Amino acid sequence: MLNITLEKRPSDSKVMSYLSPVFAILLTLISGGLLFTTLGQDPFHALYTFFISPLTDVYGWTELGVKVAPLTLCAMGLMLCFKARIWNIGAEGQFILGGLGGGYIALELMDAEGFWVLPLVLFFGALSGLLWGALTALLKTRFGANEILTTIMLNYIALNWLLYGVHGPLKDPDGFNFPESALFSDFATLPVLSDDYRLNISIFFALFAVAVIWALMSKTLLGFQIAVLGEDKSAARFAGFKEERLIWFVLLACGALAGLAGVSEVTGSVGQLNPYISPGYGYAAIIVVFLGRMHPVGIVFASMLLALTYMGGEMAQMDLGLPKSLTGLFQGMLLFYLLACDLLISYRIVRKPAARTISSSSNPAQA
Amino acid sequence: MNQIELNNITKRYPGCIANQAVELKVDAGEIHALLGENGAGKSTLMKIIYGVVKPDEGTMRWQGEEITVKGPAHARKLGIGMVFQHFSLFETLTVAENIALSLPKEEAASLDLLKQRIIEVSEHYGMKLDPNRYVHTLSIGEQQRVEIVRCLLQDVKLLILDEPTSVLTPQEVETLFKTLHLLSDEGCSILFISHKLDEVRALCDHATILKAGQVSGHCIPKETTTEELARLMVGDDTPLTEDYKKAEGAETYLSIVDLSHQSDDPFACSLKNISLEVKAGEILGIAGVAGNGQEELLNLISGEDTSAKQSVLFANKAVGNLTPEKRRILGLGFVPEERLGRGAVPDMSLQDNALLTGYQGDLTKNGLINTNKVKAFAQNIMDKFNVKAAGIHAQAKSLSGGNLQKYIIGREILQNPKLLVCSHPTWGVDIGAAILIRHELIKLRDAGCAVLVVSEDIDELYSISDRICAICNGELSPVADTRDVSINQLGMWMAGDFHAKTTHSENNTEVDNSSTAKGAMKPC
Repeated sequence: MLNITLEKRPSDSKVMSYLSPVFAILLTLISGGLLFTTLGQDPFHALYTFFISPLTDVYGWTELGVKVAPLTLCAMGLMLCFKARIWNIGAEGQFILGGLGGGYIALELMDAEGFWVLPLVLFFGALSGLLWGALTALLKTRFGANEILTTIMLNYIALNWLLYGVHGPLKDPDGFNFPESALFSDFATLPVLSDDYRLNISIFFALFAVAVIWALMSKTLLGFQIAVLGEDKSAARFAGFKEERLIWFVLLACGALAGLAGVSEVTGSVGQLNPYISPGYGYAAIIVVFLGRMHPVGIVFASMLLALTYMGGEMAQMDLGLPKSLTGLFQGMLLFYLLACDLLISYRIVRKPAARTISSSSNPAQA
Repeated sequence: MNQIELNNITKRYPGCIANQAVELKVDAGEIHALLGENGAGKSTLMKIIYGVVKPDEGTMRWQGEEITVKGPAHARKLGIGMVFQHFSLFETLTVAENIALSLPKEEAASLDLLKQRIIEVSEHYGMKLDPNRYVHTLSIGEQQRVEIVRCLLQDVKLLILDEPTSVLTPQEVETLFKTLHLLSDEGCSILFISHKLDEVRALCDHATILKAGQVSGHCIPKETTTEELARLMVGDDTPLTEDYKKAEGAETYLSIVDLSHQSDDPFACSLKNISLEVKAGEILGIAGVAGNGQEELLNLISGEDTSAKQSVLFANKAVGNLTPEKRRILGLGFVPEERLGRGAVPDMSLQDNALLTGYQGDLTKNGLINTNKVKAFAQNIMDKFNVKAAGIHAQAKSLSGGNLQKYIIGREILQNPKLLVCSHPTWGVDIGAAILIRHELIKLRDAGCAVLVVSEDIDELYSISDRICAICNGELSPVADTRDVSINQLGMWMAGDFHAKTTHSENNTEVDNSSTAKGAMKPC
C-alpha cells in the first residue's frame, strides 16, 4: 500500500530552494496548457504565442526591458521589506504616488527648459513614493497597525488620488475631456536608448538599484541588521538593533524605489498621467521577490519572467483572441505553485513504510 | 507479575533514533527510575507507554497481556497516569474544574461530589489541595499536586512522573517523595524520570539507565554510588567531579539599586525593590523557581527593557535607560535562556551568529562588515570552546543544545566582557558540555570579570557561585557567601521566606562539592 506523508527535513534543503521556482514554472506551464486546451486552443501553439513569440525580435526584447525596469525597482524595495519581515504590499500605491507626484511637477514645469527639469521631476517622484511609505511606517511604529492592511488601503487611496488628478486639476485642457494629462515636455522625458525603441534609461536605474541593495544586504551591518530583524525579532532586540529605525528605513527605501519606478514610467514609456499608469507592477513585484528567492540576481530573472507574462497576455489577445487578463491568471498560478513547492524546502515527501517491512531492514546506525 | 513490560521498543525520528530495542519491566508497587541525560530518550519512552507516541517496533505487556495503547484516554482507562514536565492546566479555571475536564463524563457529573473526593484523596496522600482555588493562584508545586491528584482519582496502577522535581523547591521535593512512598506502599507502580542522581538514590527501588536511546544498564540505586550511576549515564570518557575554589570579588561592577519594575505584560512578574551587587572577579548565583522575576530582572540588566537611570549601574555609571548596544560597549556580555530565537538566529549560519553580538569592535568598520574577520572570529569560538558543528556555515539550529550553548557563551566570553550575565547556562546541555561551560565561567571569573548566573539548578549554583541568593515573586532574598548558606535555607529563600535562619546547623554546609549539598535534601 502506498502511503505518502510529509516529513520535516533535519535542515532546509538548499537545492530545493532553487528547484522550487523551476517546479512552479513547470506546473504553471502545464496548467496553462490545460487551460488553453479547454479554451479550444492548441496548447503548444498557445504557450508558444504567450511565452516565446514576444521575444522573437529585438523590439520584443526592448519591450521586455521597458517592463523589467519598473518591476525590478519595485521588487528591490520590496525585498528589503520582506527581508525584515515587513509585509509591505504597498509598492503599487507608492508607484502610483511616485508617478503622480513626479507628473505633477512635470506639468508645473511644462514651459521650463534645461537639463535640471528631469532630475527634479525624478526626485519629486521618488520623494512622493517615500512619503507614501512613511505613512505606513508611522502607522506601524507609532500605533502598531498591521502593515499588510495599511498598505493595501493606501494603495486604493493612491489610485483614487491619481483618478482625482486626471479627472480634475491635472486634466489636459486641450484633451477633449479624456481623463489624462497633457504630454510632458521633452525636458521632463527620460531619454531613450535608441530612437527606434521605447526602452529608456530607467533600466539603468533598476540595475543600479540591484547593485546597491545587493551590496547593502551582503556587505553592510545595516543589511545584516535588517536580515536579523526579519529572521528573529528577539535576537535583534537581544543584540541591541533598533527595530523601529530599521522598519522606517526599509519602508522609506521601498517607497523611494517604487516612487522612482512610477515617475520613470510616466516620464518614460507613458509620457503623461492617465488612470492606467501601472498595470499592477507593484503587485507583480511581490511575486518577483519570492520567485527570485529574495536575491538580487534571482529578482532580475524573475522580473524578466513576470514582464514576459504582460507581453504574453497582449500577444494572446492579439493573435489568439483571448482576454488580456490571462496575464493575471498566469501570475496568480505562478505564485500559488511557488508557495506550494516551497513547502518542499523544509519538508520532504516520504513513503510511510508499514512497520513490518522495516524491521527486516532495520538500520541500527545512529544519525 | 510485572505491572508493565516493554520489549524491544524502537522509535525513530528523522535524523535520530530516540529509542532502540529498549526493554523495561516494572513490578507492582515498585518505584522504578528511568535515568539518562537530556536527549537519551526518556521522554519518548514515556510517551510511548502513555500512548502519545506510537513505537515503530516492539511490544508492550500490561499486567501480562499484550496491548496497544491507542492514546492517552485509553492509557488512563487502563490505569496509567502521567504527570508531564509541563503542566496541562487551564489557569483561569478552578482546581476542581481542571480535574473534571480530564475525567470521564459519569465521574465528573457532580462537581460537589468531585470536590469532596479531591479533598479526601489529597489529604490521604498528604498533598493538601483546595478544589475551589483558581489554578493561576497556585504555586508550581501546588499545580503539580493538581496533576498528580488528577491521576490518583482514577485508580491509577502506574504513575509516570517526568522530571517532577525540576520545578520544585527542596522542601516541596520532600513532600512529593512522601506521597510517592505512600502510593507505592499501596501497590501503585511509579516510573520516575530524572537526571538527578541523588534523588533517584533516595527514592527508587530499581533503575534503568538510558544512553543515546539504548538501555545502558540496570541497577539498584540504593546500593550504587552516585559516581557509578553517572558513569552509566554519560559513559567512561567524561570527568565527573568539579571542585572549584571560592573567590572574593574586588570592586563592585554591577549594582542594582532599589529596582522596582511593573511590566506591561499581565503575566509577567513585577519586581519589588531589588538591590544587589556583583563584584569583579566573583560569581553571584541567583536561585529560584522559573517565573519568579528572573526574566524581568535579566531584561533590565541587558537593556532589552529599561528602568530609571540610577537603578542599574555599571562601575558606578548609571545605565538604567541605555539600550543593549550601549551597555555592550560598556562591557556587558549576555547569555540568554533561549538559545535559539534570542541568543542565536536559528536559520542563520554560525558565522552570521558571531556577528550578532560581535558587531562592535573591529568586525565592522564604518558600517561595512569585515567578512574575513567575522569568519576568523567564528572559527576561533569553535576552536576554543570545542564546538562540534559542520563548520562556520552550519545553521545555528542544526547544532545540539550543548554545542550551541558553548558557541554562544564562547561568543560572549571572547569579547572580553567586564560583566557576563548567564541565564540557565547549562539547561538541557549534556554533562560534558556543562562541565566545559562551568569551567569557562570560573576561568572568566578568575580573569577578573563580574559574573551573574541565574539558574534553577541548585547543585550548579553551589558548585560555581561565590555568593548566592534566591528570587521569589519578584523579591530578592539576602545575598550571602555560598559556604554560609545551607540547602535548607536556600530552599526557604526560594519559597519566599527571607527571614528564615537555618535551624539545622548539623546539615552539612560545606558545599563546595555539589554532591554533599544534595545529601542534605535527602527525604525521610
